[in-house]
Amino acid sequence: MRLTATQAKFSVWLLYVVAFLPAIWMAWLTVNDALGADPVRELEHRLGLWALRFLILALCVTPIRQLFRINLLRYRRALGLSAFWYALIHLLVWLFLDRQLEMQAIVADIIKRPYITIGMAAFALLIPLALTSNRFSIRKLGGAAWARLHKLAYVATALAALHFVMVVKSWPPEPLIYSAIVATLLLFRAVQAARLRRRAEPAPLPRPAR
Amino acid sequence: AASLQVTKSPLSTDEPATSLDDITSYNNFYEFGTDKSDPKANSGTLKTKPWTVKVDGLVDKPGDYQLEDFIKPYALEERVYRMRCVEGWSMVIPWDGFPLAEVLKQVAPQSAAKYVAFETLVRPAEMSGQRGFLQALDWPYREGLRLDEAMHPLTILATGIYGEPIPNQNGAPLRLVVPWKYGFKGIKSIVRISLVDKQPQTSWNMQNAREYGFYSNVNPAVDHPRWSQATERRIGEGGIFAKRRPTLPFNGYGDQVASLYSGMDLRTYY
Repeated sequence: MRLTATQAKFSVWLLYVVAFLPAIWMAWLTVNDALGADPVRELEHRLGLWALRFLILALCVTPIRQLFRINLLRYRRALGLSAFWYALIHLLVWLFLDRQLEMQAIVADIIKRPYITIGMAAFALLIPLALTSNRFSIRKLGGAAWARLHKLAYVATALAALHFVMVVKSWPPEPLIYSAIVATLLLFRAVQAARLRRRAEPAPLPRPAR
Repeated sequence: AASLQVTKSPLSTDEPATSLDDITSYNNFYEFGTDKSDPKANSGTLKTKPWTVKVDGLVDKPGDYQLEDFIKPYALEERVYRMRCVEGWSMVIPWDGFPLAEVLKQVAPQSAAKYVAFETLVRPAEMSGQRGFLQALDWPYREGLRLDEAMHPLTILATGIYGEPIPNQNGAPLRLVVPWKYGFKGIKSIVRISLVDKQPQTSWNMQNAREYGFYSNVNPAVDHPRWSQATERRIGEGGIFAKRRPTLPFNGYGDQVASLYSGMDLRTYY
């Protein structure tokens, strides 16, 4: 099925709206005091989980194209930006509602607590990606440099999954399942990259003419 | 009206108790799953009748006691205690129970007994967290106390909450409550109490010794390696804008229990 240009544009906007629905649902739960016994923790957890989910979805676009010949490239920016928004709200809830802006404790946490350091690093990496997720930046940077910059998404997603594993006690299944998905997606790229390199290497150099 | 016959205790706190709904819907009980909503959702399958408590080890009166016989000699007291979870949240819970010391006097520990070890039921057919792969802990769940901690008047075995029999998700039919220690020391659904001469193995310490010590006294000055223990969030207090509270040494029971640890470096014995 091919979409017309208008339909394509509309479907991208629809994705932005759909991606925002979990946030609206959470706002509704918050206002109605329906987030359970520990609402701050629940809100943090759900927001962080949606950020990770959208990062994973954005990383699925390329394998889906290569494996199934389905091109969802036009949706990737919306997925990535949605991940950024959820990560930002997740961070703000932690700063304002959880740590209640106690700056000393916050700074100490970021420095001393590896899971928070890692979470902050993941978020920091998302900032340049979000800022350059527009046509102007692609033109300004050039396609190759832009693509190289956006490889940071791999690092950010891996760190986000690690952050999730480290915040819990013991080894509950949920963070491990998400980590396995992220590992699979990153492995897929590593294998692809290795294959490309192997294909590129043996090409013999033409002998210079005498 | 409450169904249990209970007398009030001077050892109770007068802080407002957490709602029964929060106490029974937000639990860690990994035998039923690792999410805090899992115990309520999955513990209905647990059959607590009949229930046998084995008392063994260095005691003069070992035996397999039917629960009814085990608890019959003791008058239930209401003990409203603060409960501080190692994860950084807290509740105030009106337990109904009796001092563990009375049980220990009954079974008569021998002079070589230095510690009390406890075990939770293992019954995968009724405990979903004990089935399948990726199980969170090595079953049975094990806990332990030094004998003087076990004999302390604050330490109780609970059979009820808010004057009603304890719900499955909170550790029916019999659980330990040690209010100056992190919540995971309060072992649930007890089937075995052993008097031993050496410090017993405890589940969270076996899972990660660096993060969970044998003593696990509430201590704002000793952080969990991955998070601070300086403050806590009181469940049910003020919704999303609830202010964090400072965590107190020994969960505020220092006057009563600090002497148990005099001369001990609580950073080493965390």
